[in-house]
Amino acid sequence: MPIDTTLRSATISVLVENEPGILARVVGLFSGRGYNIDSLTVAPVEDGRNRSRINIVTSGTDMIIQQIKAQLDRLVPVHRVSDLSTDGPHIAREMALIKVLGTGEKRVEALRLAEAFRARVVDATTGSFIFEMTGATDKLDAFLDLMRPLGLAEVSRTGVAAIARGTRII
Amino acid sequence: MSQTHAAPQETVQPEMQAGAEVLLRALKEQGVEVIFGYPGGAVLPIYDAIFQQNAIRHILVRHEQAAVHAAEGYARSTGRVGCVLVTSGPGATNAVTGLVDALMDSIPIVCLTGQVPTHLIGNDAFQEADTTGITRPATKHNYLVKRSEDLARVVHEAFYVARSGRPGPVVIDLPKDILINKAPYTAAATTEHRSYRPVTAPDAGQIAKAVAALKSARRPMIYTGGGVINSGQAASDALIKFVRKTGFPITNTLMGLGAYPSNDKQFLGMLGMHGTYEANLAMHGCDVMLNIGARFDDRVTGRLNAFSPNSRKIHIDIDRSSINKNVPVEIPIVADAGLAIEALLAAWDNEPAEVDTASLAKWWEQIETWRALDCLKYTQVQTKGGIIKPQYAIQRLYDITRESGRETFISTEVGQHQMWAAQYYRFDRPKHWMTSGGLGTMGYGLPAAMGVQVAHPDALCIDIAGEASILMNIQEMSTLAQYRLPVKVFILNNQYMGMVRQWQELLHGSRYSESYTAALPDFVKLAESFHGVGLRATSVDQLDDVIREMIASDRPVIADICVDQKENCFPMIPSGAAHNEMILGAEHGNRAPGVTDDGMALV
Ligand SMILES: Cc1ncc(C[n+]2csc(CCOP(=O)(O)OP(=O)(O)O)c2C)c(N)n1
Ligand SMILES: [Mg+2]
Repeated sequence: MPIDTTLRSATISVLVENEPGILARVVGLFSGRGYNIDSLTVAPVEDGRNRSRINIVTSGTDMIIQQIKAQLDRLVPVHRVSDLSTDGPHIAREMALIKVLGTGEKRVEALRLAEAFRARVVDATTGSFIFEMTGATDKLDAFLDLMRPLGLAEVSRTGVAAIARGTRII
Repeated sequence: MSQTHAAPQETVQPEMQAGAEVLLRALKEQGVEVIFGYPGGAVLPIYDAIFQQNAIRHILVRHEQAAVHAAEGYARSTGRVGCVLVTSGPGATNAVTGLVDALMDSIPIVCLTGQVPTHLIGNDAFQEADTTGITRPATKHNYLVKRSEDLARVVHEAFYVARSGRPGPVVIDLPKDILINKAPYTAAATTEHRSYRPVTAPDAGQIAKAVAALKSARRPMIYTGGGVINSGQAASDALIKFVRKTGFPITNTLMGLGAYPSNDKQFLGMLGMHGTYEANLAMHGCDVMLNIGARFDDRVTGRLNAFSPNSRKIHIDIDRSSINKNVPVEIPIVADAGLAIEALLAAWDNEPAEVDTASLAKWWEQIETWRALDCLKYTQVQTKGGIIKPQYAIQRLYDITRESGRETFISTEVGQHQMWAAQYYRFDRPKHWMTSGGLGTMGYGLPAAMGVQVAHPDALCIDIAGEASILMNIQEMSTLAQYRLPVKVFILNNQYMGMVRQWQELLHGSRYSESYTAALPDFVKLAESFHGVGLRATSVDQLDDVIREMIASDRPVIADICVDQKENCFPMIPSGAAHNEMILGAEHGNRAPGVTDDGMALV
């Protein structure tokens, strides 16, 4: 069988038992086997059931992404693994806090663009803004590109949280 | 409702015992009969509990690495989980090589490691190591027990994880206060594990597809590995039935030897880097390949883009991540090897299509021409004083042990002697061959043989060794003496790290950098100093007598077999070459394709 060498991005959600070392196990698997992590989020999600959800954005050939799924799935504390990017339509969002320093014309322009992108102002001084913005990764990237010449000073991003559309659950 | 029923429900308080007692009780419930271990401060409470009971035997090794290898030998020869006990810090770090070895070769082990008390963890306390951190990539799973109420559950779970699905090593890190404090005992859970539930039954649709593909084959090939061994005797029995029924040729990986009787005419020998000419060419030329419980390891495939280029591939593996990892396959089947072979057998008779017997006969004709080359041929001079060929030494060992009629287990170290053992010793049943395949750990064979001998006190347990490898765990001769374990160490002494020397000869202009061991010990005296028997053969006329004396002895023996120092191990597929680019031995004029630059960079 011919090997498909085209790279693709994948958003993988992993439902895990929330036990000590689980994140190290998942991250160690990626570094140990040479897989990429473009973004990673983790938080407890099911009250009382002691479970966390890890969302990982990674990239590779289809064979590698299948391999990543299989490797994750065989970790003992892993309940479920889903490649949201192939299992059907899904929503992926991340949040960023963006600090822009500047005065005068540039400051006005930054605020104008923020409104256009629906970024909220969560802090302001005469020399700075902090914008809060939620959206798909590429939307955040586009906004940050625009802010760069306008005094972008610092960014804090959450990484991607993702979920399948419709009635499907992980 | 009567009065008695209305009384408030009394919650049954589980019995409380010291953690170490709870631990031993859980081990007993898990069927542990033997622990291979070494004491230290952090595990003294366990040793105290061991002292006060008789159900579990403790074998005191001389190095923690050896404890794990011994448990591997025990596990592999019995099908049970091997159990290891080591102290914190250096005890745990010494065990790491054994753990990775067991991980690579899918051997079920539970390793108990001592740890500093919970309140000291993270303080760089004396003999503290981050054992769960260090062993995370060295184990299938690991646990740090931080609460007494988790202790019994974790022990039961560790055994479940070690033996289920693709088996492997599991570490339980036990802080000293957990061992001392009172803990409740709970029996093993009867419910399913909350997250780890490996698939073992094959999908019927995939089995049907596999049978259809196999029946349409004109040049079929069956390739099986350690998964068949791990699955148990029933899997080997089913494999033999299936191979006979189909009439197809079969090859085994290094880890899979013994699953199919190697004297059978349908067996083409081992495949891979030092596999037979016929096995490798049949893999290269087949049109349908059935892989059962093997993992397309690089030692088997050679150059990936040239590996069996024209075959449709079926892959049965209990570990989904082994499928499509290196080699894309058309028909994946996630299942236990034994269950899958049973399913193939059942489906074979239900599928109306017939095997193309004319094509199969032609395929066998082709295979026979390859076999006729006799790729393992070598010449042994029989005149008195003649130098012993290592191949001949193995062949005689095989003949004489077989004549003796005794149940024989063979382990090896790592190097040329290991490959010669795989090539010239003929295995005819599973679980009698222990070798470090995936990790290639020098120092594996002696402790592994020790573990086998503990499990099979009356059997003949032989470590086929190299003089370099044997020194890596030679201290275990002392353990053999203490427990009167009559393990035989059969050293093919070529005074070189032969396998290293062979690569230097092939790839580095015969510059034998650091591959000669000067100042080797006198192995005969060494054996004697360890209360064993030392024997030596320096020429071919002495060989049989030494082997006979060795196997007749009821004590540990080191037989120092001085063999031809220049001999190399052939056939060989150099790293980065394809199966049809094999180098053959001197008997065949060393036909070679040459090594590519890319191949030089490979290991
Ligand atoms: C722990 C360890 N260190 C190094 C190696 C690399 N290595 C593989 S074979 C070999 C030489 C083994 O020599 P010997 O035991 O004499 O066996 P021979 O090849 O001569 O039969 C070495 C150093 C290894 N496999 N394991
Ligand atoms: Mg040697």
